[in-house]
Amino acid sequence: MSLFNAIVVGLKEIWAHKFRSLLTMLGIILGVSSLIAMSALVEGMERGSREALIAVGGVEKVRIEAQPVPVEQRNLRDFATGVTLSDVYALQRSAPEVLTVSPEMRLEPQPTLSANGKVYRTWNIAGVWPVQAQIMEHTIEHGRMFTAYDDELARSVCVIGTGVRDGLFGSPEETGQDINPVGQTMNIGGSPFTIIGMFQHYESEQDRKIREVRLAEEAQKRALGLTNRVSGPKRSRGWNGNRGGSFAFRMKNNTVYLPLNSAWIKLRSGQTNLPPEPRLSEMEIKIRDISKLDLALTEIRNIMMVRHRGIEDFTLRTQEDWAEQINTFIHNARLSGGLIAGISLLVGGIGIMNIMLASISERIREIGIRKAVGAGGLDIFTQIVVESTVIAFVGGLTGLVTSYGLIHLIVSFTPTDNAPIITIGSMAFAFGASLIIGVLAGLIPALKAARMNVIQSLRYD
Amino acid sequence: MALLELRNVSKIYHLGGEEIRALDDVTLDIGIGEFCSIIGPSGSGKSTLMHILGCLDSPSKGTIKLDGTEIQKASTRELAGIRNRKIGFVFQFFNLLPKLNVVQNVELPMIYSGIGGRERRVRALKALEQVELSNRLKNRPSQLSGGQQQRVAIARALVNDPKIIFADEPTGNLDTHTGEIILALFRRLSQEGRTVILVTHNPEIAAVTPRRIEIRNGKIADKVDAKLAGLDRLPKAAGSAEPVTAPVVPSA
Ligand SMILES: Nc1ncnc2c1ncn2[C@@H]1O[C@H](COP(=O)(O)OP(=O)(O)O)[C@@H](O)[C@H]1O
Ligand SMILES: [Mg+2]
Repeated sequence: MSLFNAIVVGLKEIWAHKFRSLLTMLGIILGVSSLIAMSALVEGMERGSREALIAVGGVEKVRIEAQPVPVEQRNLRDFATGVTLSDVYALQRSAPEVLTVSPEMRLEPQPTLSANGKVYRTWNIAGVWPVQAQIMEHTIEHGRMFTAYDDELARSVCVIGTGVRDGLFGSPEETGQDINPVGQTMNIGGSPFTIIGMFQHYESEQDRKIREVRLAEEAQKRALGLTNRVSGPKRSRGWNGNRGGSFAFRMKNNTVYLPLNSAWIKLRSGQTNLPPEPRLSEMEIKIRDISKLDLALTEIRNIMMVRHRGIEDFTLRTQEDWAEQINTFIHNARLSGGLIAGISLLVGGIGIMNIMLASISERIREIGIRKAVGAGGLDIFTQIVVESTVIAFVGGLTGLVTSYGLIHLIVSFTPTDNAPIITIGSMAFAFGASLIIGVLAGLIPALKAARMNVIQSLRYD
Repeated sequence: MALLELRNVSKIYHLGGEEIRALDDVTLDIGIGEFCSIIGPSGSGKSTLMHILGCLDSPSKGTIKLDGTEIQKASTRELAGIRNRKIGFVFQFFNLLPKLNVVQNVELPMIYSGIGGRERRVRALKALEQVELSNRLKNRPSQLSGGQQQRVAIARALVNDPKIIFADEPTGNLDTHTGEIILALFRRLSQEGRTVILVTHNPEIAAVTPRRIEIRNGKIADKVDAKLAGLDRLPKAAGSAEPVTAPVVPSA
């Protein structure tokens, strides 16, 4: 019997027992759709985490943080120099695997910002070199980044993120326009600084899409002449550009950068108890090649150790840990989700096997007749395997379709920051798995049918 | 060389320590084009003999040659091929597939000989024409009378143009009149040159065939074979347990 005939016979058999076949397929449908849905959710989470990781500099970014002298070196406390600009120069000069270094001086306590009659607090104000903008993957939207010249002259200039703009001058959602704060004066801890640049608004892919849809809707309403004014006092309606944006993006939008020298001279010099040399709070380093991360770290560590005479008043922090955490989390999510989906596929397979066994014992006589007119064991075997595969095939196809519905259902129950991403790969995998399960589930019943004795099957009733 | 050669064939069943010899040392030749009946009382081993002759069953002992092939040496796959191409079966209970219509039932053997769809249809229609059923092509077996169902079964047996046709009590479930029509069909097949073997418990049906092989307790009762022994000499009680078919007038 040709494969085509076997498939036709299989489809007819399924059609003859519509309800039974549907119930049998249900297991496969659920298995396939849950496999795809699970993978789409995990994929979405992964994408979101990676976006956030890249937003804060990617894995190539290494950070040196100043830290108190460790307990066992307390006796050497007086020799500890802290992280200084000389360390930055030393790394630039002596570490070939280091691409760029930017010193960073955080102001402690973080000063209050005020402008436009408003006050705003943020936790990300730092004096840096201009190169910091590149290391932290910033892009200027309005104005310019300050230059090395601005730094040298310790000019009172700064560059801010959109979060700060929103807090002091109003966000586009509130005012209906994208306010450009360049040229305005902002007080940082009481000292006036001129805003010379603003970074672009950072957000996840998903937030960007949501915002675009919203804008399009509003434009449409306006075109239809509908007023969007809400009666009553002005209030936040739960979405002000920050909702859903992950912490990483929010932090990035709340950045205030000023030239290192300005931060030191204009803001820190007034403070007491400070050593003459500008002590840095940290350094941001971009390395040349992520595959040589270990080498780069060794270089950095060695140079720092030599310069600090073995006193560990600094610590190296990579984003590797974060990347690894993402990987572990994604891996675990995949594994547990895959396990559940796999079990439901397996249950579906057992269901198919069960129904095929029932089906052949119903059709013992038919099998006997087919053999009497010349069907070989192989013909019967193929027919049964094809039938169970066809059930799995149809179930798998239906599962592909229902996976969309399932994902929408899950998302409506638990709104996530990261939109699920259905990949062709996961669809192909789930569908392939259902086919393989169909074949496997058919093997035992098919073998049983193929081995039936002709005379006994003919006499059976 | 005979078409079918049986040498010392036995079929032995073991039921709870007891040995049942369904066939006991049967030696038999059937030639090409012969029209013969296998006759004997119920339980004498007729069906067993037919199953072994038709490659549906294998003997416990002895050898069989069918058209020159040593059956006991053939694989199950080869046996399926032989049943498919060289043999046609007609059973007492028709054995049609209830889910298929008339044409599809007749096409069934050709599916397993790898014949294309169009030719299958043509040949099935031709076979159905031979049994005068061209008007019921789309019916299911359950929508047909017993005689019509048996004619479909005969068409199915014919469709692969086999050398031998076996019929196991083909009229056993039919009334006298339909039984006659079916028997007439077999006679015609024989006249067309096919080897036809009728299995029956009814001496009056056996009387139609030129050669009768009588079986008793799994053995061939040799005196009856080859020669027409006269209906009155057969024991009347022999087949009373099975449905009795009314007498059929032997052909001239
Ligand atoms: N599968 C079997 N197991 C045990 N005994 C069997 C089996 N098949 C047939 N027989 C026995 O073999 C003998 C011949 O059976 P069968 O060939 O069907 O007789 P007939 O067709 O002449 O009525 C009977 O006694 C029957 O009980
Ligand atoms: Mg019988």
